[in-house]
Amino acid sequence: MGKYIIKRLFDLLPTVFVVAVIVFIITRLIPGNPAAVMLGPTASVEDIEKLTTQLGLDQPLYKQFLDYLLGLLQGDFGTSLSYNQPVAQLIMERFPNTVILALAALVIALLIGIPAGMISAARQNSALDYGVMLVSLLGVSMPIFWLGVMLVLFFSVNLGWFPATGMGTLDDGLLSYIKHLILPSITLATIPMATFARITRSSMLEVISQEYIKTARAKGVAEFWVISKHVLKNALTPILTVLGMQISMLLGGAVLTETIFSWPGMGRLIVDAIDKRDFVVVQGTVLFIAIIFVLVNLLVDILYKVVNPRVNYESSKGGGQ
Amino acid sequence: MSENLLSIEDLDVEFRSSSSTVKAVNGVNLTLKKKETLGIVGESGSGKSVTATALMQLIPSPPGKISNGKILFNGIDLLTLSKKEMRSIRGNEIAMIFQDPMTSLNPVFTVGNQIIEAIRQHKKISKKEARLEAIAMLKTVGIPEPEKRIDMYPHEFSGGMRQRAMIAIALSCNPKLLIADEPTTALDVTVQAQILELMKDLQQTNDTAIIMITHDLGVVWEMCDNIIVMYAGTTVESGSVETIFKNPLHPYTWGLLESQITTDVQHNEKLPAIPGSPPDLRKPVLGCPFVDRCPYSEEVCHTKKPEYIEVEPGHFAACHFQHETSRLEKKEGMFVD
Amino acid sequence: MMNVQPNTPETIAIEEGNLPVNEKVFLKKLLKNKLAAIGLAVTILMILVAIFAPFIATHPPNEMNVGNSLKPIGADGHFLGTDNYGRDLFSRLVYGARISLIVGVSAVLFGAILGTFLGLISGYFGGKLDSIIMRTMDGLFAFPFILLAITLMTVLGQGLVNVIIAIGIANIPGFARIVRGQVLSVKEEEYIEVTHSLGATHSRILFQHVLPNCLAPLIVYGTMSVAGAIISEAALSFLGLGVQPPTASWGSILKDGKDFLVLNPQMATFSGLAILITVLGINLFGDGLRDALDPKMRV
Repeated sequence: MGKYIIKRLFDLLPTVFVVAVIVFIITRLIPGNPAAVMLGPTASVEDIEKLTTQLGLDQPLYKQFLDYLLGLLQGDFGTSLSYNQPVAQLIMERFPNTVILALAALVIALLIGIPAGMISAARQNSALDYGVMLVSLLGVSMPIFWLGVMLVLFFSVNLGWFPATGMGTLDDGLLSYIKHLILPSITLATIPMATFARITRSSMLEVISQEYIKTARAKGVAEFWVISKHVLKNALTPILTVLGMQISMLLGGAVLTETIFSWPGMGRLIVDAIDKRDFVVVQGTVLFIAIIFVLVNLLVDILYKVVNPRVNYESSKGGGQ
Repeated sequence: MSENLLSIEDLDVEFRSSSSTVKAVNGVNLTLKKKETLGIVGESGSGKSVTATALMQLIPSPPGKISNGKILFNGIDLLTLSKKEMRSIRGNEIAMIFQDPMTSLNPVFTVGNQIIEAIRQHKKISKKEARLEAIAMLKTVGIPEPEKRIDMYPHEFSGGMRQRAMIAIALSCNPKLLIADEPTTALDVTVQAQILELMKDLQQTNDTAIIMITHDLGVVWEMCDNIIVMYAGTTVESGSVETIFKNPLHPYTWGLLESQITTDVQHNEKLPAIPGSPPDLRKPVLGCPFVDRCPYSEEVCHTKKPEYIEVEPGHFAACHFQHETSRLEKKEGMFVD
Repeated sequence: MMNVQPNTPETIAIEEGNLPVNEKVFLKKLLKNKLAAIGLAVTILMILVAIFAPFIATHPPNEMNVGNSLKPIGADGHFLGTDNYGRDLFSRLVYGARISLIVGVSAVLFGAILGTFLGLISGYFGGKLDSIIMRTMDGLFAFPFILLAITLMTVLGQGLVNVIIAIGIANIPGFARIVRGQVLSVKEEEYIEVTHSLGATHSRILFQHVLPNCLAPLIVYGTMSVAGAIISEAALSFLGLGVQPPTASWGSILKDGKDFLVLNPQMATFSGLAILITVLGINLFGDGLRDALDPKMRV
């Protein structure tokens, strides 16, 4: 197992390299001189020249790329102009906030989505099943930035139950902290929750018709345990695959959710940086999120082994996913 | 009557969908004594597996439903039991093994885990004790190095070993009745013989009655005391194996015997061809269900359902012409020398 | 969504042969699925609204009247009231359907064409080309979809065409993976080898034999992707990175509406509902398509 993890970590290197290349290329797509764009139309020629040198934009492209890579290897994501701070530091300040939001959303999504899918599968074609499926289809079709706004309108503006924006601090008490977390995490949880319900239902239905489920029932195992032990463990593999993809959704959705609720996370950082034309921050943050995503997917791959004894690691080849 | 371990009376099972209702089992009758082996034979779709599944009350519902009949086990009608009472019988008093050992064991749990689960379902013993029992059980069914094998996953077992493991699960609580649904169909010929031998041995040591569902008349001859022939959801003929093989009364039974004697069916999944196909069970069958394929059918067969009568002691058949010895002569003695 | 049930009476009691898949059966299957039919109806309705927007709209969508801003529902012949610039909300929503559908379809076509091409040559030729292309796709996949689109928009700048390109690029890896997977399985088929030995050119084999086999999953995935692209466009516009103002887009109406939630909640409410209904319609239809065309595909 340990060997496998190390091997997979090495497999990830090319993907991370490609990710870095993509980010580099995208930032070079900026028409004209990025330094000029960043400083805006009012900047003086001298300032632009100064920034051009500072960013290394006067160097040949390959040199720029090498410097960029070398910097990354040392954990240097560049320095923000607008914040006058290393990007790495900015990220580290905000990353925990995004993690809290994303984890809260993930927990909600798993705790509601998977049981909903299980019940739906166990009561296939019942009114309950149709209800769950309809709601979950509504969920996967949801523009969450709209849902967030509607939740604010209803629960903050009209009812005044939850604060509309910001993140609570533990100094104000746990209740305030949780109150701040509820609307954003529900918003962010919607799509993963609906997706988990759908995938759980469909993969459980596939498993339920298997012969070994009949064996379990024939042993006299109670239906509750048949579903939650025998069926669920077999249905977990596709659920895990979806989990990996949903992490991506969560990180992307965080950008929108944090914007609506003024949540001080990385998504907010990106949107602010875009407003300020601070490309260095955008570039660094996006790269960081992509690397996090690649690592999380490695974790999901490792979970496969725990769930499914048939997975043979000697023959499995590492991909980026 | 009281000596019967099991008796099924007029069992009907139907499956409903929005567009139609299928009468998969339509008036099945059978009795089984203690320690006896009963073979149920018939084509796929004849309702033999549905009957067994109904007996365990494992018919998926909806769409399935036991719409009529009694299933008396030790004198108690299983259909009147609560879910919980039924669970205490399943796997404990009545156990079942299935056709394909490749798919009937749960791939994500160890073999031992699955045997221990069966044991602990019905006996209040510790995990440790159950594990020891499971090892003993694996040894009983002839799996070498059971202490090591117990922690392996099904995919690390061969087909024959998996079926042995299934038998271990089924027999772990000393059931009074074992239902074997095509237990050897998916196995190699040599392994088939070993598994049948094992079942026979265990039956003798444990005094278990067996219902053997099969399409292989060779297996029936080898294993069974009595036989029931099913066609289109109903029992068309039953009796002791000797009687049925020597003196079959129903034309469908003739067809079965004939086709199996003349062709090597060891590897055939389905029964060799009797011309035609079974009736559409979505529509009510008016006359004899076999009428369209029967070479001897007459007017009455189309309009009147033949009764299932005892022709000679212990020998039942459902055919309008079971007494016409002229036809029987043609067939007599053909199948058993 | 509603999977094929494993235990229908037919599968238990009657051995059914494989039905020949022809158009009639397919259409019947699709329309029998009521939800899919509803989805199709909603989608067609939205397309009609987009096409006939000038006839449906009650006002020119960009006609401002600051003195008449933030009017409630039904005021002065404004069916859904007016926005913060006094523009007719209903008319803007009607015209917004155009942007959503144009971006949704064009971006997916853009991504599908490039992705299919890359997937085809990657799967067909294999080797180094394959690993270079697929590594790049893996890399693109590492970015959350919307984040990739956002990053591209920052660089490209606002505008309809740029939105299409940004969402289109983010769509490439998904299509490339699907097509490559299909190509790999089709390539194993014997007839491809035979065709090859008969001297057919690569492009002929690719376009006449391999591509048709990819169609079913492509259509299903493509339909679902249109829904995703519509949401992405709205998200970009919501962040102020989409089409340029004053062009009416559901996302930008929602963005403005967010700032006037108390004074005029219908701006945010109806723009979002328009997105939700359209996306839901397409997803319902897509689910039905999947069940009819390719039941093995997941969510």
